[in-house]
Amino acid sequence: MRIVVLIKQVPDTTEVRIDRETNTLIREGVPSIINPFDMYALEEALRIRERGGEATVTVMSMGPPQVESALRETVALGADEAILLSDRAFAGSDTWSTSYTLAAGIRKLGGCDIVLCGKQAIDGDTAQVGPGVAQHLDIPQVTYVKKLEFEDGGTVLAERMMEDGHDVIRVPLPALFTVVKEINEPRLPSLKGKMKAKKAEITVWGADDLDVDQAELGLDGSPTRVVRIFAPEPREGGVVFEGDVDETVGRLVDELLPLLRGGEQGGRSEGVKT
Amino acid sequence: MSSIEVLPDRCVGCELCVKACLYDAIEMREGLAVIKDNCTLCGACVDACKFDAILLRVGRGEEIPLEAYRGVWVVAEQRGGVVHGVTYELLGKGRELAEARGTTLSAVLLGSGVTDLASELVAGGADTVYVVDDPALAHYLDEPYAAAVSELILKYRPEVVLTGATSVGRSLIPRVAVRVRTGLTADCTGLAIDDEGGLLLQTRPAFGGNIMATIICPNRRPQMATVRHKVMRALPRDPERTGSIVVERLPGEVLASRAEYVEFVKDLTQMVNIAEADVIVSGGRGLGGPEHFAIIEELAAVLGGAVGASRAAVDAGWIPYSHQVGQTGKTVQPKLYIACGISGAVQHLAGMGSSKVIVAVNKDPDAPIFKAATYGIVGDLFEVVPALTARLKAELA
Repeated sequence: MRIVVLIKQVPDTTEVRIDRETNTLIREGVPSIINPFDMYALEEALRIRERGGEATVTVMSMGPPQVESALRETVALGADEAILLSDRAFAGSDTWSTSYTLAAGIRKLGGCDIVLCGKQAIDGDTAQVGPGVAQHLDIPQVTYVKKLEFEDGGTVLAERMMEDGHDVIRVPLPALFTVVKEINEPRLPSLKGKMKAKKAEITVWGADDLDVDQAELGLDGSPTRVVRIFAPEPREGGVVFEGDVDETVGRLVDELLPLLRGGEQGGRSEGVKT
Repeated sequence: MSSIEVLPDRCVGCELCVKACLYDAIEMREGLAVIKDNCTLCGACVDACKFDAILLRVGRGEEIPLEAYRGVWVVAEQRGGVVHGVTYELLGKGRELAEARGTTLSAVLLGSGVTDLASELVAGGADTVYVVDDPALAHYLDEPYAAAVSELILKYRPEVVLTGATSVGRSLIPRVAVRVRTGLTADCTGLAIDDEGGLLLQTRPAFGGNIMATIICPNRRPQMATVRHKVMRALPRDPERTGSIVVERLPGEVLASRAEYVEFVKDLTQMVNIAEADVIVSGGRGLGGPEHFAIIEELAAVLGGAVGASRAAVDAGWIPYSHQVGQTGKTVQPKLYIACGISGAVQHLAGMGSSKVIVAVNKDPDAPIFKAATYGIVGDLFEVVPALTARLKAELA
């Protein structure tokens, strides 16, 4: 069995702030991390392999050369091999061409039985690449999976988180699953794993290595374009009450009542203007 | 192929582009800007450069007859014969977009035994409702739903398709976008028609809400976007509105599914759907233990709101993960968010920073939550929260 885990290297997004004075990004020292939701996907892949039987865990990512460090981290955690899809031709990919390129990478591997990825990446939050890859590969998918159970007939029972409970879905393999945090508790790298990661060979595939239509790659192949990037409207300075509990609570309640009674009009902040 | 380059005779080395780059992909070498390999061609530097020294060339994809696509569509979501609220909100926004484009608004309704719901969608603002009523669509499954929506898009060619950013919508619509080869923008907070080109301007938060981006889909149709529940506003229901209901039949093979629906299991701990609540009262580390969530629950009950929590409280095992607000939990934007005993780590702020009104109760006057708060009370939450509950109970009775 071959399991492919798709990961994304992301900036630790909560560290990215906008300087209100200059309206530019403060990015100093923003670390790059593996998208936290993808760590649960990797952990699930390792657990499936540990159930026994022949299974290989291949981690794949698309991005610039520095993503190699993220892939090395997955080898330290126990991935058998790691592949980086990296080429100037991939730059500017939106979710359509990213899922197209990743699907081409999986095809080059000769396909696989299971594709796992996090429910979404924390920088874009789109949750579109997983289902996109499944459609490009023409395989079934289950999103927001919190539990996977293997059945005797070779099918998988997946629990899909819904707003008020979960659906149970039975799928034949190959299939793609996007996972939520509830599915497992990721492990930490072992010393042995770290040693292995240092020496590991990270395979790099460019556009010429894949069976792709060049016109579908990168910015050219992306249906969407970013036309404007801007800072959200800053919140007005807040009011802080200190002192006697009855008095401060009374003043707060006076401020809140118009919002609670009138519904729409209360409140000092207009939130995000678009 | 698209490319970006810095024109050395124009670059003055001012570093404005370095500051504007979202990806740390520009560096200075010998007084000139140099674009590195991790550039995503987003164009932020082109806008920032005051000297027109950065040239972004965008390759043109194959041309499609854009004018052949007319009409705004909303993909309705229903479960068990109940239409999801986000559908009516999308119809409200869709009505506005259709009028700006001088075109009609349609809804797509899929399910089994759901044809009767179509008139509700007309009352909500739709001119036409396309219905696929088939036992194969009795439960939501990705493949037949994606196939059905794709078939209708290819047949009727709408210019805009809107879908709710629910669990179902976010699973369904990316497959449709790939099938019909078009762009999709997730979780839009603003949708408008560009006065000049008539394109759909899709604005959404990125990087945990720290940045807003406006996105277009210039050369493909339809232009597709998802929107979260409670972001747009529904029209008042108008039972007098008239519209046409078009029943579509699709062949069995189109609606085939390899995945099989087994059952739905209701989970009471998940019933509190904080992502959709108008009022959220959250507790954090300052509560000190699971038993103290009772005072949070009492305040939430008075306000008819839901209970949220910080990661610290969830990781300590005081409350289930489904209540977690923040970067690795849920993103919420209620009208009122009350944070009790939450210091306001950036990860938490990323999940609730776009709430309309934020109230913070914390004993530490320097807690970062006060910087994000509309109103703050510095004090002991065990005194403040019960007092607030009692006062609101009296006022709202």
